[in-house]
Amino acid sequence: MWQIRWVLKPLVFLACLIPALHLTAGALNATGVAHIGDISLGADPVKLMLHTCGRWTLNFVMITLCMTPLRDLTHWTIWLRFRRMFGLFAFFYVLLHFSVYLLLDQSGKLGALWQDIVKRPYITIGMLGLLLLIPLAVTSTNKAQRRLGRRWVRLHRLVYLIAILGVWHFWWQVKKDIREPLLYVCGLTLLLGYRLWKNRQTLARVSVARLAGTGAP
Amino acid sequence: MRKRSTDSAKIVPSDITPYDRYMSRRALLAGGLTVAAVQSIGGFGRTAFAQPAGALTYVRNAALSVSDTPNSYRDVSTYNNYYEFGTDKSDPSENAQKFRTQPWNVTIGGEAEVTGTFSLEDILKPHPLEERVYRLRCVEAWSMVVPWIGFPLGDLLKRFKPTSKAKFVEFKTLYDPKQMPGQRTAVLEWPYVEGLRMDEAMHPLTLMAVGLYGKVLPNQNGAPLRLIVPWKYGFKGIKAIVSIKFTERAPRTTWAGAASNEYGFFANVNPAVDHPRWSQASERHIGSSAFGPRRPTLPFNGYAEQVASLYSGMDLRKYF
Repeated sequence: MWQIRWVLKPLVFLACLIPALHLTAGALNATGVAHIGDISLGADPVKLMLHTCGRWTLNFVMITLCMTPLRDLTHWTIWLRFRRMFGLFAFFYVLLHFSVYLLLDQSGKLGALWQDIVKRPYITIGMLGLLLLIPLAVTSTNKAQRRLGRRWVRLHRLVYLIAILGVWHFWWQVKKDIREPLLYVCGLTLLLGYRLWKNRQTLARVSVARLAGTGAP
Repeated sequence: MRKRSTDSAKIVPSDITPYDRYMSRRALLAGGLTVAAVQSIGGFGRTAFAQPAGALTYVRNAALSVSDTPNSYRDVSTYNNYYEFGTDKSDPSENAQKFRTQPWNVTIGGEAEVTGTFSLEDILKPHPLEERVYRLRCVEAWSMVVPWIGFPLGDLLKRFKPTSKAKFVEFKTLYDPKQMPGQRTAVLEWPYVEGLRMDEAMHPLTLMAVGLYGKVLPNQNGAPLRLIVPWKYGFKGIKAIVSIKFTERAPRTTWAGAASNEYGFFANVNPAVDHPRWSQASERHIGSSAFGPRRPTLPFNGYAEQVASLYSGMDLRKYF
């Protein structure tokens, strides 16, 4: 199906880049380097960039986790062909998030970064989530998938833990209004809950099948 | 308790403007404002912060002003916290435009000889206005510099003759969920309550602000009457004040009540005492070069020389 590969995928790819392009244009405007349209990052550009990249990291983790349930619901496998791209975009935005934090917010001071990681639990768990995403990104190629076989599946289950760490990181840094992180908690509960439920169904089916097998005369 | 006093500082009935004259003055002012608004809309274009702004008469208080360059009117009036109008920094400027600040009354109560409800005009009348350029440090670790217009809170408080029992002052914001959409959700306990110890309230730096940048306060910045305590985190600067009460005990303030391990009653700017979740050692200065480095936060926000003595002998880690 060349349409998916050469039309749909590039379009989705470009759409995923929109937030990053928007921030880039805003950052150029903020520094006065360029004047691109009306795009403004407001009074505190660093904070806006930080939060936007963080949000999109979570959004892409959520979108990635939606692919399997969507396949189950619709019985279309096309969803799974986008899963890797969305997962890698989550990684892309978390790297941006981290870069903005380290280079723009902390002026590249590694000492300050280390202080924050050690002292502030929400940064510790955020950092942990980022580090755990690295092996997933590295093993996202077809080749790695083939080479790792069953271990690949097990390794990539880390994404559940990463999603929890990410939402937790968001929840913990909010000052008081937890409505937005709460939305992510609800979404994640649904997505992980679905997997638990499906797992139990499969287990039940397997044991029924086994019972049927042994019980046969 | 209401006691009689013969002192000249007391507000006598003849000081109080008759209601109809007060209203007609207001109407006159409002008429002038319309003209100003039309002109300012021409100047500001379609930006949301274009709004009627009455010019104020004031003198500049250079001695109590910092030499830092103030932030733009736009930054000051479109980027702030005012949870009564929403929790985003841009919410107040978007949601406070229709907020009615006239008529406005302030109730004075508690341990003072003069108590009662006074119109805003009566509250303001005896006080000459001055401009003070103050640093503002938010507990969220960002900062600005703002040219406020106001008068010393102490001068106002003295008029009500606080008794010897008055150890603290408690302030309350208007509670009106119809006008303040943020109050329809329980993000915080409403109405917002703040407080100061009496010596803090009487300190010459403590300001009752009614304006900024030479004009009447924009609604989103706490019109018509707000508190400014420049050596404390911004959340101490309670907005849209309708009640001032002298108390014997420290009032239960809103943020301290919401999370007592994160926000204290004193809330003095202190780079050595971190918020449990983030560092207070440095701040991002709004409006300076967009991606400039963070600035180190100064003890008491740079006002240590004037105010540190208020807290001598106190463990500022405990009383944060």
